[in-house]
Amino acid sequence: MSLDDLYRQVILDHYRNPRRAGHLDHPDHHADGQNPLCGDEISIDLAITNGTVIDAAILGRGCSISQASASMMADRIVGMTVDDVETLTHRVKALLDIEEGDPGVDPERPGAALGDIEALAGVRRFPVRVKCADLPWTTLEQALSASG
Amino acid sequence: MDLSRVRSDFPILERRFDGHPLVYLDSAATTQKPVQVLDAVEDYYRNHNANVHRGAYRLAQEATEMYEAARTKVARFINAASPNEVIFTRGTTAGINHLAYGWGLYHLKPGDRIVLTTLEHHANVVPWQLITRHTGAELAYLPITKDFLIDTSRVADVIDERTKVVAFSGMSNVLGSIGPIAELVAAARAVGAISVIDAAQLVPHMATDVQAMGADFVAFGAHKMLGPTGIGALWGRMERLVEMEPAEGGGEMIRDVDLYESTWADVPHKFEAGTPPIAQAIGFGAAIDYLTAIGMDAVRAHEMDVTAYALERLSEVPDLTIYGPMDPEVRGGAVSFTLADIHPHDLATILDQSAVTVRAGHHCAKPLMKVLDVPATARASFYVYNERREVDLLIEALHEARRLFGVA
Repeated sequence: MSLDDLYRQVILDHYRNPRRAGHLDHPDHHADGQNPLCGDEISIDLAITNGTVIDAAILGRGCSISQASASMMADRIVGMTVDDVETLTHRVKALLDIEEGDPGVDPERPGAALGDIEALAGVRRFPVRVKCADLPWTTLEQALSASG
Repeated sequence: MDLSRVRSDFPILERRFDGHPLVYLDSAATTQKPVQVLDAVEDYYRNHNANVHRGAYRLAQEATEMYEAARTKVARFINAASPNEVIFTRGTTAGINHLAYGWGLYHLKPGDRIVLTTLEHHANVVPWQLITRHTGAELAYLPITKDFLIDTSRVADVIDERTKVVAFSGMSNVLGSIGPIAELVAAARAVGAISVIDAAQLVPHMATDVQAMGADFVAFGAHKMLGPTGIGALWGRMERLVEMEPAEGGGEMIRDVDLYESTWADVPHKFEAGTPPIAQAIGFGAAIDYLTAIGMDAVRAHEMDVTAYALERLSEVPDLTIYGPMDPEVRGGAVSFTLADIHPHDLATILDQSAVTVRAGHHCAKPLMKVLDVPATARASFYVYNERREVDLLIEALHEARRLFGVA
């Protein structure tokens, strides 16, 4: 497994230029996540109207994998229904080998429908880094089940 | 010191990852173990295993003698006045906790001050925070200078008449800085405070004479000095040990037990409740024999050479920042650094692909990370088995990291 597959250009681009970075003035949902052992942090604000994510903001610090994952996530979920966000989260966790894949996903290319997020597939070969990629998604699940 | 002979004593150094020989640069976290230590542990379990201080039979007598012989080796290694001043603990953390709960709990009161420094490992911060809750004592901190040393110019302000404990690192696990032992011990004594040295990084790397240092307590662990995990030592001056209470009760530490009260065994056994880590103590003794055979002055000289070389080579890497003193005379072999905007965890992953192992993170020193204003650093740390060639491999891997991250 080459490092070039892990540190793909898209990962480095999101790391250095995080999308939707900051806080929302009036979030409907909010959660803070951290990996205490490595110190990665992420905070997520969500604005949700009629079951659709209409705005999202993330702020964090940590390694390129955790921060790029957060940026790609924030970029992706705006405009999606909460149900679709939950499906996406499940697919990303399947991509990271954290959860069983669902039958609708091509096992050869589990990230095919995920766009930029597919770049996270390289993390699977680096088991100690999977938790970095997963942190934003687990925090997103917490945000969805919490209020602002 | 014959480096190739030393290296041949460490079987793990023959390991390869994807064809790359292991370059072990994380000895500040834990050191590798020579065959002499592995053999001593195995010999105990194969040929001498029995509980200590209990059996009336000869096998138990052997085990007890081997365990107590290890205590004597530790005492000689640090020039303690008596083996009875050496308490076996689970490690440095356990030693400081024992001190906090065995001495601090009984001698501190509201308004008293515990002085620490901002470069401490969590093991020398959190136990004291816990003890302030029980006693009402307060914490105060000596800062560090821009040169990454404990700031002795602030001693007169911080170590005042209220101070009852001055506890500080003998050698920083992050910066490498050697603590100003003489100054802080004298300042503590001048106000009637006890002085405590977190020597987790000091005793493994420099000849240590606890009587010459003059402190009241010195804590360290075996696994950072070629020995097994799960064993360490808390040395205390005898007059302090007799005024310390046991932090743990149970078997072995008693003189007599009644239904409602008990009396304690003598120092040091009153501090060693339960069956101790016997094999680990014997392995600890073997590690001390190994280091003694090389000679701690030779160990220190070798580490200074490798550290000086590492500091020089790291300084040549563009966009690399070193956190710690640049003079090998005032520091040990733990070298922290960051490289451009590459997060230390990414750096550690990249280096690991060349089997170069460094630690990345806060190094259990979060207050220090805040002082340095970084979330984390990468740290390479050197010991008796490391060589300049390994520093070269580290540097090569750092250049690969720059390429991967497109650092111009």
